[in-house]
Amino acid sequence: MSINIDPNICIGCGRCHDVCPGTLIKINEQKKAYIKYPKDCWGCTSCIKECPVHAIRFFLGEDIGGKGSKVHTEKVNGLIHWIVEFPDGSVKHIDIDPKESNKY
Amino acid sequence: MKIERIKTDLLIIGGGTAGCYAAITAAQNELQDAASSKGANLKILIVEKANIKRSGCLAAGVNALNAYITEGHTPKDYVEYAKKDADGIVREDLLYSISEKFNDVTAHLEKLGLVILKDKDGKYVTRGNRNIKINGENIKPILANAVKKLPNVTVLNHVNIFDYAVHNNKINGAFGLGIENDTFYAIEADAVIIATGGAAGLYRPNNPGFSRHKMWYPPFNTGAGYAMGIRHGAEMTTFEMRFIALRCKDTIAPTGTLAQGVGAKQVNSLGEVYETKYGISTSERVYGTVAENLEGRGPCYLRTVGISDEQEESLLKAYLNMAPSQTIRWLENETPSKANVEIEGTEPYIVGGHTASGYWVDTKRATTIEGLYAAGDVAGGCPQKYVTGALAEGEIAAKSAVEYINATVDCHAPLQGSRNDVETEATIKEAEIASHVAEIETYLSQKNSLYTTEQLEEAMQIAMDEYAGGITTGYGYTEKQLNIAKEKIDVIESLTDKLSATDLQEVMYIYELKERLTVCKSVIAHLATRHETRWHSFAENWDYPEKDNIHWRKYVNSRLVNGEIKTFTRELTAEGQKNYEHQH
Repeated sequence: MSINIDPNICIGCGRCHDVCPGTLIKINEQKKAYIKYPKDCWGCTSCIKECPVHAIRFFLGEDIGGKGSKVHTEKVNGLIHWIVEFPDGSVKHIDIDPKESNKY
Repeated sequence: MKIERIKTDLLIIGGGTAGCYAAITAAQNELQDAASSKGANLKILIVEKANIKRSGCLAAGVNALNAYITEGHTPKDYVEYAKKDADGIVREDLLYSISEKFNDVTAHLEKLGLVILKDKDGKYVTRGNRNIKINGENIKPILANAVKKLPNVTVLNHVNIFDYAVHNNKINGAFGLGIENDTFYAIEADAVIIATGGAAGLYRPNNPGFSRHKMWYPPFNTGAGYAMGIRHGAEMTTFEMRFIALRCKDTIAPTGTLAQGVGAKQVNSLGEVYETKYGISTSERVYGTVAENLEGRGPCYLRTVGISDEQEESLLKAYLNMAPSQTIRWLENETPSKANVEIEGTEPYIVGGHTASGYWVDTKRATTIEGLYAAGDVAGGCPQKYVTGALAEGEIAAKSAVEYINATVDCHAPLQGSRNDVETEATIKEAEIASHVAEIETYLSQKNSLYTTEQLEEAMQIAMDEYAGGITTGYGYTEKQLNIAKEKIDVIESLTDKLSATDLQEVMYIYELKERLTVCKSVIAHLATRHETRWHSFAENWDYPEKDNIHWRKYVNSRLVNGEIKTFTRELTAEGQKNYEHQH
């Protein structure tokens, strides 16, 4: 259970660092965010929701059955657009309207 | 390391649900107008170890409000429900005080921007008797935005409070570490609200490896509020009523959404519904699952096979809004309509929002330390408070704290002194600051330490797991085992003096470990005291496997006396009691 930050996409804005409830994300000398304590990630996805350039992916640890899919979210036309990238290259999209409540 | 002194009127420690709402309440004008000498200028400071935008239990969001008085029900019904679930060991006065506020705080949250599902007549859609459906993914940003708009509230993010300043059992402020700006804070305040949440990470977690923090409760809630209170002699209650959540296997995602949302029953590997056999209280649901596994009928599941495509689609979305890992799990494997969802109990946590561990407070949420009020998971005696209960307690604590500040301003009672006296004389002495700074510098300068903070934390979790009723023993324990746990925790605590740190974040980790060790000692003492098994799994005492209503319809409370946690019992508050005052 942790996150992966792509240094090629990261712009070093520090928003992920700012919101992480465990203060686990730091900015390195190259002005790139990195997770300093990957085992301490709770999996709350706060950083992913903050990232303005979608550089952060969330994945399940192998010890809890993770199979290598990467997840992130983007805001599109007021919708929260979740993107799941599977290891075989296929992708699933799920849109959530924040104005709509959960049914369950 | 810089040293900064701050003065405020009201200090709120912890900017989660309860802390943010306490600030919102205290900043309301009508309350401030009552403060004769402060007028509208009551200075409120929230100190938060992370960032209030996404901190505390609701960082990832929440998908329902579980404590709401639905049409045809009354606050009394809620009190009865919570009382039954805890088998009688609750404070009715506290439960009444929150139940009467559930619907008002919900309306306020909606006004602040929370989306609540409504039917075509504009009424909230309910889930069961007490729950309403929301889109709570952004509940923390909503609260944080509301706080940000208040001109007299200041927020210090990334500052971890690790000790109170208490003189003659009166709180004067607190000490903190600025983990991002290398600063030591000494904060003076006229009143303090503690809202730091409960404690996770005491026991070995379900997945101790790479995913060790994939847990139900926030791993960053280390029991700081409990530990600070215990060390300064505050009375605590019900630490033996541990909370163990029944969760989806591996991802530790919620099960209530499946059980209540699509009516999924708990079944064993033979497909038999077993929940009816053990009962459906929160602890019985966990206990049944443990028992079925021990008797060779595991694994256990929530029976979701056969749900409709529409239900499945809604579930995938609902989990993205609160526990995204479960949705990924489904997408990487089989979805819930195709495969039942395996369930397991978590490691035990100590909380005051689901179970009832925490400060012994009066109805106003005053602790036994003068000027210190408690709200949310850190406040004891009042289980099943959930989100709305935490908000209600934040409100009650804020009103009480402001009232206390007003009284100390206006009241020139010789014992308390006038505000002028307080303002001219610093209440936190330089010597106290120097002593804390020296300790921090010791950790920063020690090199070549034999053990790391992480190693000692793991040792603590193993000791608690094996000897104080963790997952390994199916949550059971004996007095002999508890004695071993205590010995081990004492040894680990003695080793913490030699730990080393390279920066203030690592010093914070040392303090967090010490907080957990303090809470562990309290848990062990409480478990050893209650000679019965009232709540299966939560407090599974193998020496006394039966419930004993004659001797144990009582609260187990504790206090630190000469460095040892001393437990004692208190009689239950009376049936229907709506007010409780501390007897000094």
